[in-house]
Amino acid sequence: MSDTTVEAAAAANVVFRQIGRPLVRTDAPGKAFGTTIYAGDVVMPNMLHAKILRADRASARILGIDADRARQLPGVHCVLTGLDLPDRQVVTDIPGQTGGKTKNTAQPILAGDRVRFYGEPIALVAAETEDIAIAARDLIEVAYGPLDGVFSPAEALKPGAPQIEGEGNVVAAYKIRKGDVDKGFAEADLVIERTYTTQVQEQAFLEPEAGIAWLDDSDVINIKVATQVVEHFRSVADALGVPHNRVHVQAMYVGGGFGGKEGMGIETMLALLAVRTRRPVRLVVSREESFVTHGNRHPFRIRHRTGVKRDGKITAMKVDLLADSGAYSKLSPYVLLYATIGAPGPYRVDNLHVDSVVAATNNLPTCAFRGFGTMQACVANEGQMDEIAKALGLDPLEVRRRNFIKTGEPNATGQIIQSAVWSDRCATAALEALGDRRPEDGPVKFGRGIACYQQSYGRIRWFKDTSEAWVGVEVDGTVVVRCAVTDIGAGQSSSLAQIAAEVLGVPMTKVVVYFGDSMLNPLAGTSSASRALYMSGNATKLAATRVRQNLLGRAAQEFGVSPDDLDLGDSKVFVTDDPSRCMNFERLVRICAGEGIHRHDLAIFRAPFSEGIDPETGQGEVFPDFTYGAHAAEVAVDTETGEVTVLKSVGAHDVGQAINMQAVKGQIEGSALMGQGFALCEQMLYRDGQVISPSLSEYLIPTSEDVPEILAIVLESRSGLGPYGAKGMGEPAFAPVAASIANAVADAIGTRVYDLPITPDKVVKALKEKAERAARGDGRK
Amino acid sequence: MPETKDVNLTVNGRAHQLALPSHRTLLEALRALGYVEVKSGCEKGDCGACAVLLDGEAIDSCLTLAWIADGGSVTTVKGLGGPDGAHPLQDAFIREGSVQCGYCIPGIIVAAKALLDEIPDPSDADLRRGLSGNLCRCTGYVRIFSAIREAAAVLRQGGERA
Repeated sequence: MSDTTVEAAAAANVVFRQIGRPLVRTDAPGKAFGTTIYAGDVVMPNMLHAKILRADRASARILGIDADRARQLPGVHCVLTGLDLPDRQVVTDIPGQTGGKTKNTAQPILAGDRVRFYGEPIALVAAETEDIAIAARDLIEVAYGPLDGVFSPAEALKPGAPQIEGEGNVVAAYKIRKGDVDKGFAEADLVIERTYTTQVQEQAFLEPEAGIAWLDDSDVINIKVATQVVEHFRSVADALGVPHNRVHVQAMYVGGGFGGKEGMGIETMLALLAVRTRRPVRLVVSREESFVTHGNRHPFRIRHRTGVKRDGKITAMKVDLLADSGAYSKLSPYVLLYATIGAPGPYRVDNLHVDSVVAATNNLPTCAFRGFGTMQACVANEGQMDEIAKALGLDPLEVRRRNFIKTGEPNATGQIIQSAVWSDRCATAALEALGDRRPEDGPVKFGRGIACYQQSYGRIRWFKDTSEAWVGVEVDGTVVVRCAVTDIGAGQSSSLAQIAAEVLGVPMTKVVVYFGDSMLNPLAGTSSASRALYMSGNATKLAATRVRQNLLGRAAQEFGVSPDDLDLGDSKVFVTDDPSRCMNFERLVRICAGEGIHRHDLAIFRAPFSEGIDPETGQGEVFPDFTYGAHAAEVAVDTETGEVTVLKSVGAHDVGQAINMQAVKGQIEGSALMGQGFALCEQMLYRDGQVISPSLSEYLIPTSEDVPEILAIVLESRSGLGPYGAKGMGEPAFAPVAASIANAVADAIGTRVYDLPITPDKVVKALKEKAERAARGDGRK
Repeated sequence: MPETKDVNLTVNGRAHQLALPSHRTLLEALRALGYVEVKSGCEKGDCGACAVLLDGEAIDSCLTLAWIADGGSVTTVKGLGGPDGAHPLQDAFIREGSVQCGYCIPGIIVAAKALLDEIPDPSDADLRRGLSGNLCRCTGYVRIFSAIREAAAVLRQGGERA
């Protein structure tokens, strides 16, 4: 597919009845009325309450655990420690459908003889009331012995460092070797070398982790929980040593995930306690505990060395990445792979050399978070593009234009990009929307920045990702979709209703979606990797289309035409060329029901599969496809206080095809503020591995007072692999935001803060250093 | 056992009497009574997910001891309206696409109700200040602001119930 064929597809006269419209999401009324039930709202008769005892230090030997007094407390039903669960481990790896595991992501359910991070679970308590569970937890005595820790990935990689995980603390490493970088640097007119660092970010979803587990009449372990991944049922079963069909995970509507509910959460602990006590067990973690319950965003140090011609064309690029996995590997190998591939950004770089390492430390384990390595790489590569433009005296967008990858060209790993690459038009639209530049205002300087990206949607090809969905039509003409996709608030289930409604020609209000249930619904895979709409949307469309074919086959007899001459819409079946020849949808369904014609279908959608990349060169096909777009920001910087205010924030993205216009704009708008938090204020603070910002008054996310003018611009190339040409948007919308704000600040103050977040003290320091350089006559711009 | 006291609460027009210890928060008491639309997000007054109206004023129920609320009248998001009759705020939140994960929404709609009771035609600055005690991580507040503006217009025209 070339850009011209993409143009043709985009311009095609496609008429949708439901798709693309800003229809009311199926989940919206319940959430606005307060009737939606979240995991923490579920209670059961005779339930017990669980609490977790967690380590109060980051590195220690466990010499002994005395739980006798806790066990003797009236009302306590169960206390479990690592001693009760020898060798019991649980994995976070690849909760897909293949059951394959390529990385060791196991960690103990409860720490045994060693504490590796602050907040590591040590003991579990189940008691009749929450107050008793807390009292019992506080009666457990842990005897710790000293054990040196290591708290930075650079230190962890040195010889003699305390060993945490992996050989020499190397959790994973990748390299890309493409073209001839020496030749490329020799051809360059200018070589720019810069180092960018990013911080630990907390997902800060509003709903802390919660769940309830019980044994049903068949002794199956049932778990209602806030999760992005019902497929963890397999890992729970493996951890408990029971067959997979003995664990049933029911995901409730999730109060925000952003990757923080993708790794294994509290499910295993709930299951253990329910089995031991044979009572329902409920666990709701506090906000403070939530900060150490899930893995946060990986901090990165990214060093770029870029060779460019005078016209801005890149001749060579060398990138080194170092990330911190914290104490267990969790999904770190994959985050690192995303960052490695994302290192050169949405640009064609034929001479490319990337080395990346993620190292274990005694910090909190890091895991999945929206943007998953790609956004950190974006901060660096988009900073670098602006540094190049500045050094060459060129317009930042013009430098990007001269390097953008195009449809039909290879990316960093040699994968040929098949879909539209509308980086240029997205960036142009975003910058235009910023409007005219503002006049200077005393010590307040204004600046604007742009950032582009290449973010994959869909999972790594060798995970062999699939999704299944079931669509059925009831005799009254209403529609049921069953699909175990989890709904984490982006409209995951609602979009399936909209697709089924489109295919079957009924209003979306006639469709009910059953989601997030590992036993009763067909498995759909995770709501992660910007894949839910892509995968489950395709599966639902396939199933609905087969039902449609069955119905139209019967209708064709009625009208004496071919099924191809018929269409479904407005709850009718009609002859396309003569809509007056029609029949009510409900009547058609009743005829089919009366004749035993199949009115439902179970479909599977398979993403493209491949077997991996060459370990020496990093070459191979890694992802199904990529989304492209841009974010532009305008900021005001008070050069006296260092305070940065975002004035305008514009996301312009080629979404492929909007399924629900409100929902996709919602992703872009929400990303603008979350990315702003990463750029300017959010940072998990540690002291010797201990989290010292475990509340929402210490860990600051943007509030309503920080909201700039936010604009979402939606472009549609209809070239994606998702339903109707949709691309994934959950992460792409977020990927470039922080980079654009960092670039806007650099534009405003004429120097760059290389270390995120860009707090006032760093701005003041950068300005002071700039003034000192100017006084010394130092030419570095 | 800790000392308990009989606390009288009227919640969404329904009277309740319950014996509670002194440390029990209004949030815990309401959820124990089944008003689970009042969400717990931080238990420290940082996030506003637990906001309810107490005698017409928006408060964080996690910071309010149930004993303090004795004799008070509490309104939760369900008390404002429901499927059989949406409050204009609820109606606007649904139609504007203001809801994503939804966990902050019960608190935000309550805070918005208190804001509009005080300022029927809020400026942008009023909106920002009015919601500054309520965190939302999904939406960027864009559609939350637009829904409140829309509901304000409906309410100014006398549409207490849509």
